[in-house]
Amino acid sequence: MSTPTPIPTAAPAATRLPGRPLTLSAETGRQLRRRRTLWTFGLLLALPLIIVGAFALGDGDGGGGDDRFVDLATSGAANFAVFTTAVSASFLLLVVAALFVGDSLPSEASWSTLRYLLVAPVPRSRLLATKLVIGLVSTALAVVVLIGWSLLVGLVFYGADAFTGLDGSTLEWGTFAGRIALIAAYLVVILLPVGAIAFCLGVRTDAPLAAVGGAVLVTIVSAILDQIENLGSLRNALPLHDASAWFGLLRQDVVWDDLVDGTLWSLVYAVGFTALGFVLFARKDVLS
Amino acid sequence: MIRPRAPLATAAAMALGAALLLPGATAAQPLPTQPLPAQPRVDQVLEQSDDQPATAPTEVTTSEAMVRVGPEPDGQPVRIDTTTYVPAGEGPHPAVLATHGFGGSKADLDGLGRRLAAQGYVVLAYSARGFGASGGRIHLADPDFEVADARVLLDELAKRDDVLRDGRGDPRVAAVGASYSGALALMTAATDDRVDTVVAAITWNDLAEAFFPQAARSRGPGPFKQLWASRFFLGSAAQGAATDPVCGRFDREICELFLDASRTGEASDELLGMLAAHSPAPLLGDLRAPTYLVQGLADSLFGTDQSDATAAALTERGTPVAVRWTEGGHDAFATSVLDEAAGLERWLDHYLDPARDPRSGDGSDLPVPPFSYSVPPAPGRERDEPQDFTTPDLPLPTYDEVPLDPEPRPVLNPPGGVPASLTTVPGTGDALVDAVTDAVSTYPLAALPGQSVAFDTEPLESERVLVGAPRVSLSVTSSAPTSTLFLSLWQVTPDDTAVLTRQLVAPVRIATTPGEARTVDVDLAGGTWRVPAGSRLRVLVTTTDQTYASPRAARADVVTVDRLRLPSVAGTPVDGGTGGPDAEVVGLLVALGVLLAASVLVPLVRRRGRATAPDPELADVPLVVEGLVKTYADGHRAVDDVSWTAGRGQVVGLLGPNGAGKTTTLRMAMGLIRPDSGRVHVLGEQVHPGSPVLARVGALVEGPGFLPHLTGRQNLHAYWAATGRPEEEARFEEVLEVAALGGAVERPVRTYSQGMRQRLGIAQAMLGFPEVLVLDEPTNGLDPPQIAGLRPILQRYAAAGRTVIVSSHLLAEVEMTCSHVVVMHAGRVVVTGTVAELVDSAGTTLLTLGPGSDPDTVADVVRRQPGVSEVEVLPEEEAEGATEPVGPRLVVTAELPRAEVVRLVAGSGADLVAVSSRRQLEEVFLGVIAEASGTDPDLRQVRAR
Repeated sequence: MSTPTPIPTAAPAATRLPGRPLTLSAETGRQLRRRRTLWTFGLLLALPLIIVGAFALGDGDGGGGDDRFVDLATSGAANFAVFTTAVSASFLLLVVAALFVGDSLPSEASWSTLRYLLVAPVPRSRLLATKLVIGLVSTALAVVVLIGWSLLVGLVFYGADAFTGLDGSTLEWGTFAGRIALIAAYLVVILLPVGAIAFCLGVRTDAPLAAVGGAVLVTIVSAILDQIENLGSLRNALPLHDASAWFGLLRQDVVWDDLVDGTLWSLVYAVGFTALGFVLFARKDVLS
Repeated sequence: MIRPRAPLATAAAMALGAALLLPGATAAQPLPTQPLPAQPRVDQVLEQSDDQPATAPTEVTTSEAMVRVGPEPDGQPVRIDTTTYVPAGEGPHPAVLATHGFGGSKADLDGLGRRLAAQGYVVLAYSARGFGASGGRIHLADPDFEVADARVLLDELAKRDDVLRDGRGDPRVAAVGASYSGALALMTAATDDRVDTVVAAITWNDLAEAFFPQAARSRGPGPFKQLWASRFFLGSAAQGAATDPVCGRFDREICELFLDASRTGEASDELLGMLAAHSPAPLLGDLRAPTYLVQGLADSLFGTDQSDATAAALTERGTPVAVRWTEGGHDAFATSVLDEAAGLERWLDHYLDPARDPRSGDGSDLPVPPFSYSVPPAPGRERDEPQDFTTPDLPLPTYDEVPLDPEPRPVLNPPGGVPASLTTVPGTGDALVDAVTDAVSTYPLAALPGQSVAFDTEPLESERVLVGAPRVSLSVTSSAPTSTLFLSLWQVTPDDTAVLTRQLVAPVRIATTPGEARTVDVDLAGGTWRVPAGSRLRVLVTTTDQTYASPRAARADVVTVDRLRLPSVAGTPVDGGTGGPDAEVVGLLVALGVLLAASVLVPLVRRRGRATAPDPELADVPLVVEGLVKTYADGHRAVDDVSWTAGRGQVVGLLGPNGAGKTTTLRMAMGLIRPDSGRVHVLGEQVHPGSPVLARVGALVEGPGFLPHLTGRQNLHAYWAATGRPEEEARFEEVLEVAALGGAVERPVRTYSQGMRQRLGIAQAMLGFPEVLVLDEPTNGLDPPQIAGLRPILQRYAAAGRTVIVSSHLLAEVEMTCSHVVVMHAGRVVVTGTVAELVDSAGTTLLTLGPGSDPDTVADVVRRQPGVSEVEVLPEEEAEGATEPVGPRLVVTAELPRAEVVRLVAGSGADLVAVSSRRQLEEVFLGVIAEASGTDPDLRQVRAR
């Protein structure tokens, strides 16, 4: 190694950071090539194809049963996309949200890179903000990719028929396009608290699995409590209580109340847990 | 009060539960052993629920008394059991006379009595004749018995000094009651003008019409409302202590009339006459007191037609009257109809105000809206609250005709009248059964095939709110001279779910000529509906209904229903109700706003409080650690008042055994750990987490860390990208030379060996050639040539005016690399200084003897020489870490030249092997640590916590 050039005697004042630390693109670079990212998106892309295959495989020998749901799902691109979304929203997307938002910080801790980011230095709030934004954008992207790809796959395999509800009513494509966009938006909103809980847990732990699994566990407990009718209107306050309200967007007349409730509760939880995460991390002794 | 269970209702509830829960279940279900729900009561609880402000019991005093009233027809004397609730204060107070619903006793009124007494009323609550501890038999609101009893009780009130009087023997008093007692209140007020106002809830106008309702605009009584008659019966039997096992405490005459009707399903003229006479209807012409009628919408016993008839009669007479249609009623178990919204207190305060002239008032000064009504949420929106509306007068609904499909269709009355349609399912009080009936459409139970026909409208184009009794035209061609039919109005949602908002039916019993069509107008059960756009309305016609005694003879009818006329009134929503955004949404918005505001403001305030001015005196000192203390959460004090300084051009070794606190100190210097006290300055700026000045520090702390999925080069780039500084400042190529990874820099880091990762970590710390380079155990995992190669790199790095801080437990390494050393032990700094100062001492000579020599003999000899001040013996076995045996050593401190010392030792006959001018740092290290801990430290032990 050559001798380093002598430093200037009058060092520049360092009260301000010399650059913009951990920009969104820098964080994207850190997450993009990760296997968990690639595998997740790969799975989301494969899922509609798997479902198509399952429908084809199950064709003809179902032995009667309730074919109506499946018949509807294969009636056109719109119904297929709604079916795929419905079967993914209840669990798969929750795990994806918990993974994308919750795992990026404890992953850094488990790789021992967190301390190097912090002494780079990346201010702690900046670090969290960037990780949160990228996590949420990834989650939103996952939802959009799943729905968009399902529409495309449905178009190829089942044609371009308009959406038909279980009650036989139809939504023309013009209406449906707006509705499916709203569904995607609502799903992202519903996933916010899951991500925020995972994020908050991720601040406390150095194990990515603890953050992701913890958040999924919280949603499961919440779903169990949601089954207990005695709780009455208290159940409205459970995260994911209104997770299925997006079906209301598929009716001729949209039922907004549950969507509004679901959105507001989700935002309250998301902001609350995110803020808690920031507070905890600001005070944390980084020992990893 | 504990009521005996009603076997019939229990069986019915079980059958319902079984039918809904277990399709195809047989009757062989085991009897449940757990307590069954209480029998739904014929009366309605007047009592307010717990949300009333609790009244301290001391404010209200009660007294009980038995009051003698008129005897039974057989001359048996009767005394009435009363409780008087007296408010605090001198009085005189206005009074309230109240009794209970059918099947209850005065105990039911305890809540109401206390509530009103707390408001300043003397409340006389009593068990009606034939109920509770009162004597006599039940005459079913007979004007000569129950109503006469009430007048005697008014006399009692008039005798009290604490009761306000309008005149001699005339108390200022309101008659208040629900159900049975509601009718009594109306009849008492109509027959005794001492009553100043009446509040009558969910009660009848004409008991004959209530038990034999006829919805058709036709003569003659309708079918017998068997279910409710049975419940009255059971309510009487529940009073116990009766000589007659069947009739219980019912008056024998009345009982026989009911039993007759139950046998035949027909109304005898005697029964009809008796029921009509035991009703407010014939007496209302004399009722002058302002009257408040509260009727329940969920009431298959006394529908809104009953209160409408009373209100119409009173309006015609000129008596002030207000009507409220509320949620609840006889079908809705355990709901309170005289709740907050009903405004009972407002009504009483107005009409019993001592300042008010009891004879004034023309109805223009009603304290409550003349008509208020509750509209339920649309089907499928049961989460929504019902919405309250008011009107400025007591309106007649306007009607709007909607066509129905007028196709005539056949319908059969099954022989024996069974199975019967289950349209009306009065609340059972069992949460489970009610939940099931709410969750499952009752339509399949109501619309039995062959026994029912349905007539639908087209889907509605806009939402409609119906208020009143819808009307239809019904055409019947029957095979029998009399046709009995039941009509109900269902809402059919777009997804084809049929919902009966209030489980009410309109019974029709009309005379027909067999084979000839007869058309009548029918008033369907009155109430309120919210029908969303896209829903259809359906009129369901059934030949049977479980609430009613159906004809037993088989019958075939051909039925047409047409001209559905939908009622509406112009009501105004009550503000503060569900008209605006609901409370949940408002609460959530507020919570969200508070959270967001806190999230934005708190960091701003904290940042402002944290800003510290740079210390100009320290501006040129690369690193100053002052008084650092850190105690971990488990109580372990890892660092205890540590201070040291690293200057420019220095290579500072931070030396200490494992657990000495080296890494914790460095972590605090980097802002990774918050010290309990003390400060760290880097180039004059105080370090806190994320300090900008850390950009001038490069670090390898406790092992390297890399993204395993990226290559070595990509990792360096990713790290530099995270700093956000320009690429050209990083000097990647020069730094990669330090790492000396060759082609491996293009491989993912997860394939690296520990040494490769370590070298890459050192390289990463050097990125951008920071002014302060902190390396924690840099030689970990490196082989000896690599360690040797690192030494000059660090020395050259510092020579350029930068500072290198190396923490290590390898003494030799520090000795060779560092210019300065800071020795730590047990969280404290024990020695600082230059390496030379520590190891070099002009007066000290270190002499190594051959293995097996006896150092003590030599030492004794040398010690005796003049000029020698001290001789220390280091025994053979103390030479730790050496690869081959090293002989014992002598440390000689003397004022003699070193050559003289060597000569002395050699001359003593010692087997001299080596001479050194300086001590090993190791010895210094062991020495100072031994001194610091006061004992010989066992350095193999990790420091005990």
